[in-house]
Amino acid sequence: MWVLLAVAVVIVGFALRLNAMLVVTVAGITAGLISGMTPMRILETFGTGFAGSRSVTVFIVVLPVIGLIERYGLQHQARRMISRLAGLTVGRLLAAYLLVRQGTAALGLMAVGGPAQAVRPIVAPMSEAAAERRHGPLSEPMREKIRSYAASADTVGLFFGEDIFVAVGSILLITGFVDTTYHLKLDALQVALWAIPTAICALLIHGARMLWLDRSLGRLAGAGAPAGEPEAVTTGAGR
Amino acid sequence: MIKVEWFYWLVAAFFLVVAVVRLTDREAPRRHASAAFWALLAFTFVYGSAVTAGAGPAWVEGLAVIGLAVLAGFGLPRKGTERTTSDAERERLASRFGPKLFIPALVVPGVAVVFGALLANVKHGDGLLLEKGSATVIGLGVAAVVALVVAMLMFRPGSVAVPFQEGDRLLGHIGWAAILPQFLATLGLLFQAAGVGDAVKGITDGILPKGSLVAAVIVYCVGMALFTMVMGNAFAAFPVMTAAVGWPLLVQQFHGQPAVVFAVGMLAGFCGTLCTPMAANFNLVPAALLELKDTYGPIKAQVPTAIPLLACNVAVMAVFAFPR
Repeated sequence: MWVLLAVAVVIVGFALRLNAMLVVTVAGITAGLISGMTPMRILETFGTGFAGSRSVTVFIVVLPVIGLIERYGLQHQARRMISRLAGLTVGRLLAAYLLVRQGTAALGLMAVGGPAQAVRPIVAPMSEAAAERRHGPLSEPMREKIRSYAASADTVGLFFGEDIFVAVGSILLITGFVDTTYHLKLDALQVALWAIPTAICALLIHGARMLWLDRSLGRLAGAGAPAGEPEAVTTGAGR
Repeated sequence: MIKVEWFYWLVAAFFLVVAVVRLTDREAPRRHASAAFWALLAFTFVYGSAVTAGAGPAWVEGLAVIGLAVLAGFGLPRKGTERTTSDAERERLASRFGPKLFIPALVVPGVAVVFGALLANVKHGDGLLLEKGSATVIGLGVAAVVALVVAMLMFRPGSVAVPFQEGDRLLGHIGWAAILPQFLATLGLLFQAAGVGDAVKGITDGILPKGSLVAAVIVYCVGMALFTMVMGNAFAAFPVMTAAVGWPLLVQQFHGQPAVVFAVGMLAGFCGTLCTPMAANFNLVPAALLELKDTYGPIKAQVPTAIPLLACNVAVMAVFAFPR
């Protein structure tokens, strides 16, 4: 039971917004010491764990090419395209992106989208351009909200799309674990099919919230500048 | 066979270039210490190959990892000087290149999908062409290189250093958060080795009312979400909660259909992933990449979806999984 102290370290550390890398390291050492590992064993576990998880950091390799196309105006081009499409609000744009992200992930195309490849260079600037057309120059809270929603559309779409695809990690984990532990022969296709009801709920709930963003931005714009002149921070075209 | 380790070395090479960019950037604050961070990280990516192969002692890697955490604790690495185009220049370049700008951006998912979906099962000699289970990572690495070549041919920036300066600019926004997901995965392993799962199982057993189907479904789904929030990963929560509730109660006692119980249980865990800073790669890294002031912005955008969705999971499982 005492080992849960390490969990408490994490919760308190994140709640106080201390440096997350230090919080994680301290929590790891705490867990190790409480469970009676030697310092050497803890060090080794840090080493093997880090070496074995290198795949989660590989997304970094797309940064040079994304930075290069940003240099030549990708974000500006994304905004120009949006300004030509009348009637496209930020809510509709993000709801559509959610649908595309979820649909492609369900077909196993998880590489379509992602925060580094799609949200930062394309989806976020398009969303901001769509919002600016309707609400005028964006205030800081509006911009933060739009970007956060753009990131959420990407993540929700991925999570509740990929599980419909049979060969995805989570389904392989379910069948692998259950089959070896309980001697079942679980059909991966059945597991994938039963992800569909939740996927539909996710699309409806998150899609509706994306559409609702148009209204809540209107309220934020109103709150920022009562005279109908939204508080201008920057036009933000550079981001 | 194309090995995944090659692509970790590619990532290491990028970190090393960033270290050099930082070192030669005379205006950057604390450039030596920042360069040391990226160089140490590059080392862990190369030496990691020896650790996973069992060819080198793991404590060396562990020591380097603790070193990275300490440097991060001192607020490192710092951003470099941004050497990029101005707003006005970008506006002009955008009208010059037009929709062509999307081509390299689309090459990335295009190539990655070809590798992940098509080449993943292609055989070569006695084994597979791509190392087993690593098609996604390999695909992303190849895609990044191909897209970079395409972009360099299109834009002809004049120097091969340009994309790395630009990559460094983006990496500067992310800072140490770039490797936080990897740190959290490591913590998950330590938690597992230290028996956090057993402790949670003990608590779950304690609060579980016997005999009520709906209560058991709720405990399984909510437990998956909460434990996922702690571990940052539904994959870590699944075996624990399934051994505590999913299998003995929902399947064995109440005769639930295993496919429904386990599929929906995992998705209940995903609702937890949406709400936790522990899932840094999905929640904190995007905040850094989008230069948000509030690093919890994406989580705040997701929590109001996660809660009703968790209720949907409970309902789906309760309605469809059990015989009536």
